[in-house]
Amino acid sequence: MPGPAIEIDNLTKEYPYGFLNLKKKTSLEGLTMQVETGEVFGFLGPNGAGKSTTIKLLMNLIFPTSGHARLLGKSTTNVEMHRDIGYLPEQPYFYDYLTAAEVLDYFAKFYDLAPADRKARVQNMLKKVGLETAGKIQLRKYSKGMLQRVGLAQAILHDPQLVILDEPMSGLDPVGRREVRDIILELKNAGKTILFSTHILPDAEMLCDRVGVIVGGKLQGIGAPGEIVGIKAHEMEILFALPNLGQNSSPLLAKATRMGDRYRLQVPEQDLYAALDQLRNGEAKILSVAQVKPSLEEYFMHLVAADRAQAAAVEVTGK
Amino acid sequence: MTHIGAVGLNTFREAVRDRVLYNLVFFALLMMGAAVLVGQISIGIEEIVIVSLGLSAISFIGLLMAVFIGVGLVSKEMDKRTIYALLSKPLRRWEFLLGKFVGLVFTLAVNTVAMSAGLFLALLYVKHTLERSDAAVLIAIYFILLKLAIVVALALLFSCSTTSLLSILYCAGFYVAGSFVQEMRTLRSDLAGPVAAAIMRWLSYLLPNFENFNVTGLAAHGAKIPTALIAQNTLYAALYCAVVLAGAAAIFSRRNFK
Ligand SMILES: Nc1ncnc2c1ncn2[C@@H]1O[C@H](COP(=O)(O)OP(=O)(O)OP(=O)(O)O)[C@@H](O)[C@H]1O
Ligand SMILES: [Mg+2]
Repeated sequence: MPGPAIEIDNLTKEYPYGFLNLKKKTSLEGLTMQVETGEVFGFLGPNGAGKSTTIKLLMNLIFPTSGHARLLGKSTTNVEMHRDIGYLPEQPYFYDYLTAAEVLDYFAKFYDLAPADRKARVQNMLKKVGLETAGKIQLRKYSKGMLQRVGLAQAILHDPQLVILDEPMSGLDPVGRREVRDIILELKNAGKTILFSTHILPDAEMLCDRVGVIVGGKLQGIGAPGEIVGIKAHEMEILFALPNLGQNSSPLLAKATRMGDRYRLQVPEQDLYAALDQLRNGEAKILSVAQVKPSLEEYFMHLVAADRAQAAAVEVTGK
Repeated sequence: MTHIGAVGLNTFREAVRDRVLYNLVFFALLMMGAAVLVGQISIGIEEIVIVSLGLSAISFIGLLMAVFIGVGLVSKEMDKRTIYALLSKPLRRWEFLLGKFVGLVFTLAVNTVAMSAGLFLALLYVKHTLERSDAAVLIAIYFILLKLAIVVALALLFSCSTTSLLSILYCAGFYVAGSFVQEMRTLRSDLAGPVAAAIMRWLSYLLPNFENFNVTGLAAHGAKIPTALIAQNTLYAALYCAVVLAGAAAIFSRRNFK
């Protein structure tokens, strides 16, 4: 059993700003987490949460204020680490005077591949990301989505063990998003580890073994998509009808919402039987009882709202 | 080594595709015009005029390229965000920097060789023959190239630590000051005050000494250039570039990419 693909230990990044750089903005605060080998890990968070900061720290493009990280067992400061890692930057941009094939060939040179092997891989990759016909056009004529595809191609060109993608779906049309999903699943089936950041929650829910939610530079939750939303108490939904309306005086009725001749009532899980008893006493006809599953989206919104409230409080007291 | 070569080759390719080498057309026109003009008016000073004008143009055009492209070598990759994908490859930051340096120096060399060919054609046109003493012109061109390498190294150093505009200004300042190193050393303390004279003297040793690289006068008169000077200049340029590039690499390696 191989060790974790990514180990992050108390990683913190502060950006100095203001007069003489005396003030500090904390973009990432004490992040500690692991990504297991073979896992698809989704890194979720609203704009400015610190997703890209974390990823750039992992790729050694910026340096931590404190803490450290290891990828595939190697420290981020070790250049050799990059041999087995692929990275798609946020809003990727490449040399606009080169064609897609030339950019990929240029990048491939740093992996010490034989020229023939390089050429075959480049063609293969162009095909994989749907750019075979555009391979000989200079990148200055590419659309945003096409650049995103070039970015994906250069990230997986060298058959890396670990692939880190910063918002791989951004700028893509539904077809492109679908293709990226397929590529991620293909990589997973080949036993690779994938970490990707996104704020498209259905994508994360669909693809990820585990997700981590980061808000305001702090990790707020980590776990399987189903499990992480389960942290919140479940609610039950009861649908019922009232054939003899006149006799019913249950206080529950005030809380129910009426839809035509049916009523919908939402109660906490532990109150379910009490509510059903009351409804039976009122001669209600139960139509259905179902669990209200909070989606990842609701959980996400809840965290963001909590963070905003907190930030506002800090602002008020901070004066 | 192959990594540095790959970066260098791409730098050259960028210059070619951005049509940087089109400056050669300007140089060719200049040399043609000068040759025709000189051929009409003068007797005996054709060589001096053509060589002085040619070498000055080679030096000036080279300097413009070295400064303006040199300052953009790294900053353009950062501004356009092309550096993120590149540095996520198994490529060390100093390898990247050195590759950029090698690439631009190679571009300048190709450009200079082409301009030299133009200069010799013009010389042949006015003199109808080439002599052994014309080899001095070749050496003068070699010195210009050494000088350009130092300027590129400085441009890289500055652009790793400050904005492009300031880098261009610093490069220009260093170039001008470096052309008057001898004067700074012999500044008389009774004129400038002892403290200022001492500071000037120290400064003059930090600045690149470009004076030694200027042999236009000798070359124009077909005089022999001492072998010792060739060795001295080569060594000096190599050492100066090495120190400056090491400084640039030290700064660049600590750099956060926003
Ligand atoms: N170079 C910098 N200097 C100062 N602050 C920075 C810098 N880079 C990022 N930040 C700050 O760090 C915080 C996190 O930014 P980051 O780019 O990691 O967000 P993100 O989660 O990737 O957001 P998005 O979804 O918009 O891409 C932001 O508040 C941002 O303002
Ligand atoms: Mg981001």
